[in-house]
Amino acid sequence: MSESEKPALATTESLETRRISQVGMKALVRTLLKHKLSRLGLTCICLLILMAIFAPVLAPYHPNDQDLYNVLKGPSKEHWLGTDNVGRDLLSRILYGARVSMTVATFATLGAIMIGAFFGLLAGFKGGVIDSIIMRTTDTFMVFPGLIFILMMAAALGPGMKNVVIAIILFGWTGAARIIRGQVLAVREEPYVEAAKASGASEWRIMFKYVLPNSIAPMIVVTALAMGAAVGMEAGAAFLGIGVQPPTPSWGRELRTGYSYLERVPLFSIAPGALITLAILSFTLVGDGLRDALDPRIRGEGKKIK
Amino acid sequence: MTPLLEVKNLKTQFLTDDGLVTAVDGISYNLFEGETLGLVGESGCGKSVSALSLINLIPNPPGKVVGGEVFFEGRDLLKLTDNEVRAVRGDKIAMIFQEPMTSLNPVLTIGYQIGEPLEVHRGATREEALRESVNLLAKVQISEGQTRVKSYPHLFSGGMRQRVMIAMGLACNPRMIIADEPTTALDVTIQAQLLELMKGLTREFGTSLIIITHNLGVVARYADRVNVMYAGRIVEKGPARDIYADPRHPYTIGLMASVPRLDQDTKVKLIPIDGQPPDLLHIPSGCSFHPRCKYAVERCRFDRPELTVVSENHEAACWVDVRK
Repeated sequence: MSESEKPALATTESLETRRISQVGMKALVRTLLKHKLSRLGLTCICLLILMAIFAPVLAPYHPNDQDLYNVLKGPSKEHWLGTDNVGRDLLSRILYGARVSMTVATFATLGAIMIGAFFGLLAGFKGGVIDSIIMRTTDTFMVFPGLIFILMMAAALGPGMKNVVIAIILFGWTGAARIIRGQVLAVREEPYVEAAKASGASEWRIMFKYVLPNSIAPMIVVTALAMGAAVGMEAGAAFLGIGVQPPTPSWGRELRTGYSYLERVPLFSIAPGALITLAILSFTLVGDGLRDALDPRIRGEGKKIK
Repeated sequence: MTPLLEVKNLKTQFLTDDGLVTAVDGISYNLFEGETLGLVGESGCGKSVSALSLINLIPNPPGKVVGGEVFFEGRDLLKLTDNEVRAVRGDKIAMIFQEPMTSLNPVLTIGYQIGEPLEVHRGATREEALRESVNLLAKVQISEGQTRVKSYPHLFSGGMRQRVMIAMGLACNPRMIIADEPTTALDVTIQAQLLELMKGLTREFGTSLIIITHNLGVVARYADRVNVMYAGRIVEKGPARDIYADPRHPYTIGLMASVPRLDQDTKVKLIPIDGQPPDLLHIPSGCSFHPRCKYAVERCRFDRPELTVVSENHEAACWVDVRK
């Protein structure tokens, strides 16, 4: 045992979910990459992110440039995916649409997870009245179906990208809070938490240095799945016209506009629809792969899929 | 000489679904500077709870220290506020737990955890604490401290982790260490090494030590004085030598007879104590040991004996003179 680079993965095969520190980030990524489907998902996500970042370089036209001689045309040499109802290049608009999707998904998920983790930690660790108040609050949020909630929020806050992010955060934090709380309830009984108390550590130190880091492993999976859900919600909001406002390109919005011309130019709605599906599917596949990598009990399943 | 720790009539109760359980029922003892005290008894007799009660570590609810006084350095620990007790914990009174495999935080490095009491109590910076933790590792005889402080607990064996726990306990140079079954989870050779180490270190620094154990061998070897506990009460206390040579409580006698001794003929049978440890919800009336006691007389069933002096510094709570 010279340097600490001992292969941690192969050691104890415990039945509980592996802690990140024990699996090791490198080993986690390695296991994830072994899983064929999640490798595919990860590749797609990387491509989508690159698409979002390099949209201005990749797009043949500015997304709002109109070519009024070519309105609602199918694929051609000038416009690879055709044009929309006001003659804008569909490919360019879809490339730019990735920006909205990825930005909303990232910020909404991070916000929801951070807020959820904080309240979940507080509820699980403090217990009693604080626990009841926080958990009943999550119940209140959870009675609304997702889309209805976002519609309500749009009515209250008005449409727009920032407000969609806020709506998804307000809707999503409850799930994160519940998962973290469940973990915290188990972790706070661990002997090292008692040992920390016995060594005089303050409650906040124990919460953030001892309990939280040992409770967040399942959140990695949830984060991946929540990203996919956020893409779907953003697209849904845009489809209903309460998300990003025109002329900013967004997949959900393209899908909605294209839907009216489904018979004339099917690609107008199929292309954004396919990308929404691809994004959600990719995040879900990565989430599944992560779950398998972190849970030794179902690690075999990944191999079967291969 | 005033004792370092003076426990008077400590009483701790737990409110369970089935009723009120008195886990510690009015125990009193003293601990002097540099002394090692053994707390002995079966599982569930209140050894650990009595120790946790001292520094207010009883989870509340359901538990609560309902009575008594714990004087430490002239202050009653039970009357201190949460923050004041926290300042004592890990600084003046350190605690070592029985499960070294799970008593270290898996996501923090060894060095960070050993140095943490210094950061908490002495306002040390991260660098100072880390430097000191290298020294502390050397004290508990772990070599290559420089590299080891950067490793995580899962790379350490059980014995090494318990050494780390001892190093953590020693970080602030406490006046007193409570070791709650410190060697139970370890194999025998490591147990001996660790106990020698603890004994050596406490002697070196003049630290008082409370060892909680059910292992009479450990107590015989390392404790100066012994408290024997049964059903939340101290039934016999005295110098370790006297307890071994001249046990006066039938329970102590039973404990002695139930463990093998090296100076004994191998053909001598071990005699178990009959019956079960008492259900703390339904503690027998009178002397709580009477249903299992072969010396019991009529009086034991309704009249509870208090600790009485049987010889110098040696007290036992029994109506019967077991020597007859």
